[in-house]
Amino acid sequence: MFRKLTLAAVLAVSASTAFAASEAHVEDYDFSFEGPFGSFDQNQLQRGLKIYTEICSACHGLELVAFRTLSDEGGPMLPEDQMRAYAEQYEVFDQALFDGEGDFRTAVPADRFPGSSLSSAPDLSLMAKARAGFHGPYGTGLNQLFKGMGGAEYIASLMTGYEDPPECAPDDMDGSYNSAFAAGGYPEECKYEDGSHKYPGSWIAMGQPLWGEDVDFDDGHANDLESEAMDVAAFLMWTAEPKMMARKQAGLTGVLFLVVLSVLLYLTNKRLWAPHKKKD
Amino acid sequence: MGGIPHDHYEPKSKATKAINSRLPIIGLLHDTLMIPTPKNLNWMWIWGIVLTFTLALQIITGIVLVMHYVPHVDMAFDSVEHIMRDVNGGHMIRYFHMNGASLFFLAVYTHIFRGLYYGSYKAPREITWIIGMLIYILMMGAGFMGYVLPWGQMSFHGTAVITGLFGAIPFVGESLQTLLLGAGAVGQPALNRFFSLHYLLPFIIAGLVIVHIWAFHTTGNNNPTGVEVRRTSKEDAAKDTLPFWPYFVIKDLFALAIILAVFMAVVGFMPNYLGHPDNYIPANALATPAHIVPEWYFLPFYAILRAFTADVWIVQIVNFLSFGIIDAKFFGVLAMFGAIVVMGFAPWLDTSSVRSGRYRPMFKWWFALLVIDFIVLMWVGARPAEYPYDLISLLGATYWFAYFLIILPVLGVIEKPLPQPATIEDDFNAHYGPKDGGSATTPAE
Repeated sequence: MFRKLTLAAVLAVSASTAFAASEAHVEDYDFSFEGPFGSFDQNQLQRGLKIYTEICSACHGLELVAFRTLSDEGGPMLPEDQMRAYAEQYEVFDQALFDGEGDFRTAVPADRFPGSSLSSAPDLSLMAKARAGFHGPYGTGLNQLFKGMGGAEYIASLMTGYEDPPECAPDDMDGSYNSAFAAGGYPEECKYEDGSHKYPGSWIAMGQPLWGEDVDFDDGHANDLESEAMDVAAFLMWTAEPKMMARKQAGLTGVLFLVVLSVLLYLTNKRLWAPHKKKD
Repeated sequence: MGGIPHDHYEPKSKATKAINSRLPIIGLLHDTLMIPTPKNLNWMWIWGIVLTFTLALQIITGIVLVMHYVPHVDMAFDSVEHIMRDVNGGHMIRYFHMNGASLFFLAVYTHIFRGLYYGSYKAPREITWIIGMLIYILMMGAGFMGYVLPWGQMSFHGTAVITGLFGAIPFVGESLQTLLLGAGAVGQPALNRFFSLHYLLPFIIAGLVIVHIWAFHTTGNNNPTGVEVRRTSKEDAAKDTLPFWPYFVIKDLFALAIILAVFMAVVGFMPNYLGHPDNYIPANALATPAHIVPEWYFLPFYAILRAFTADVWIVQIVNFLSFGIIDAKFFGVLAMFGAIVVMGFAPWLDTSSVRSGRYRPMFKWWFALLVIDFIVLMWVGARPAEYPYDLISLLGATYWFAYFLIILPVLGVIEKPLPQPATIEDDFNAHYGPKDGGSATTPAE
C-alpha cells in the first residue's frame, strides 16, 4: 500500500499540468486577490492558516515559509506577539546545539515551518503556483488571462472535488475519486472507446481532508466546505506568492509612470519632427 | 569610418582637443550618436533600441540575481525562492529577468521579420545580417541555459531532452552529450557549466551587438523603401536623412516607453503567465513531467524538430541514402538547426534586385504566409505529437524551408516589381507633403 501511495504521489507531482487537457473540472472561484487591483483578505489568510495548522499540517509541510513572514505586510499580518506564540508551538531541529550534534528546540520567528511529515505528501509552499497550469502545454491560457483562474482555484476545486465514485468504477480502486484531480489512476471501465474519460478527474491518494465544519473560527465565520476550501486555497496562494501585494503595487506604479512618460515622449517627438513633416 | 557623408566631430575646447587627439572617444561617441539616419524609417525600426535596452536589463538584473543564487543541485531551487521571499525587491528583479527573456525574444523575432520583409539582409548588409543571426543563436543558448538554473522540474527534464538532441548526432553524439553535461546524466556538472555559460554569453552578445551596429553604421540603415541614401554629396545625403540624435532617439524612446508599460503590466499582474507551473516543483530525476514543452520562443523550431518522423518519405529516403546514419531523430535535429541556418543564407537565396517588400507584389503574400507559418508552428509546437498536429507541423516545416530555398530564389526571376521612389526624400515628402515647396513638386489640386 505504501509503495502505491508513493507512486501516486510521484504521479501527482509529475503530471501537474495534465488537468489542462479538460480531464478534470476546475471551478472558477472568485478570490479577493484576482485582477490587477485585487488584494489578499487578511482575515481569510488567517482562517486559512488555522485550517492549515489544524488539518493540512498533519501530513504536509511548508518548508519555504518562515514564521516571521506571518506578520509581514500583505500577508496574514498576525500581530507580532501572536506570531511569536504561533512559532512556539513548533519544535525545530537545530544542528548548532549540543556541541554540533544537534537537538530539538522551540521554534523562533526566524525558523521555517516544518517539512512534510509524510513522505508521500508534497510540500505545500509553492503548490498554488506549481498547479496554476491553465496555460500548460495543451491549454491556451485564456481562462487564466480572462477569468483570473490559477492555482488557488485548483486547490479549492480539489478540496471540494471529492465525490462518490462513478458506478462504472470497480470497487477496488486505490484512493478516492476527485473530479478536480487529473493525475491519478483512472479505471479502463470508465473510458469511452477512443480512450477519453467519461467522468472528469481521477483517483487521488489523499483521503478527503475537509468535510465542512472542521474548524471553528473565533469570529463565527462560515465554516462550510466551500468556505474552508477557499480559505485554505487563499492561504496557500499567499505562501506561494508572499509578495503579491507588493508586486501588484509596483506594477501599477510602473504602468502609470510609463504611461505618463509615453505621453510626454509622444508630445516631444511630435514637436521635434513637426518642422520636417510640413503637413497642411 | 565609411558610410554616409556627413560632418564629423571637431573638438573645440582645449580639453576636448587634448583628449580626442590622444583617444578619439568623444569623436566616436559623437559620430555614433549623430549618424545620418534615413528620415522615412517607420515604427518597425524601433526594435533595435528595445533589444539593446532588454540586453542591458537582463545583464543588470542577472548580475544582481547572481549575488544571491547558488549553483548547486541541492540549493539552487531554494536560493531562487530565497530571492523571491527574502531579498529586498528580489521578487521583482527575478520576475523582470524571467519575463525579460520573453520581451527579448518577442523583440528579436519582430526585428528579424522586419529585416526579412524590407530586405535588410541584402547587399551590402549581409554581414550585419549574419552577425544578427549569430546573436540570435547565442540568445537561444543563453535563454535555454538560464531556464535550467532554477533547477525545477522543467529545467531538469528540459535539459535532458535538449542535450539528448546532440546525442542523436551519429558517431560523436554520445561524447558530445557527455561533454555538454560534464557527466553521463543531468546533474551538478551540467548546472555548473550552464551557470558559467549563462553568465558569459550575454557579454559575447553585447560585443556582437557593437559589431552589428558598427556594420550597419558603415552601410547605413536600410529603410522602408529599400532605396539607398544618396551619397553623391553631403547636401544630398542631408536631404535623405536626419541625425540619430535627437530625432530617432526620442522616437525610439517613445516606442520603448509604451512597450515597457505593457511589460510592466505583465511583470506586475501576471508574471508567471508565460512560464510552466512545473518549474515551481524542485527537480526530481525520478519523476518526469507528463509533458515537456519548451518556452514559447523555442516552439516554432521545436515543432520543426518533431515534424520529421520516421514515416515521412523524405526521412526514409535520406535514411536509405545515408545507409541508416541519418535516422529520423537526427533528421529532426538537422531540420531544426537547418531552419535557423537557412535564414542566415537569405542574402544569397533572394535573387530579387528590389530590396523592400513594399514594391514586390507577389513577395508580399509569400511573406505574409511565412509569418502565419511561424505562428502556426509556435502553436503546434505546444500540441501533442499526434494527428492532426503532426501533419500541421510537417506542412509548416516544409513551407519554412520552401520559402527560403524555393520561393525566394524563384520570385526574384518571375516577379515584376512595382516602381520605387527615386530617393528617400521623395518617399518622405509623399507622406508628409511639404507646405512650401521643397524639392518635390507640389501636387496639383
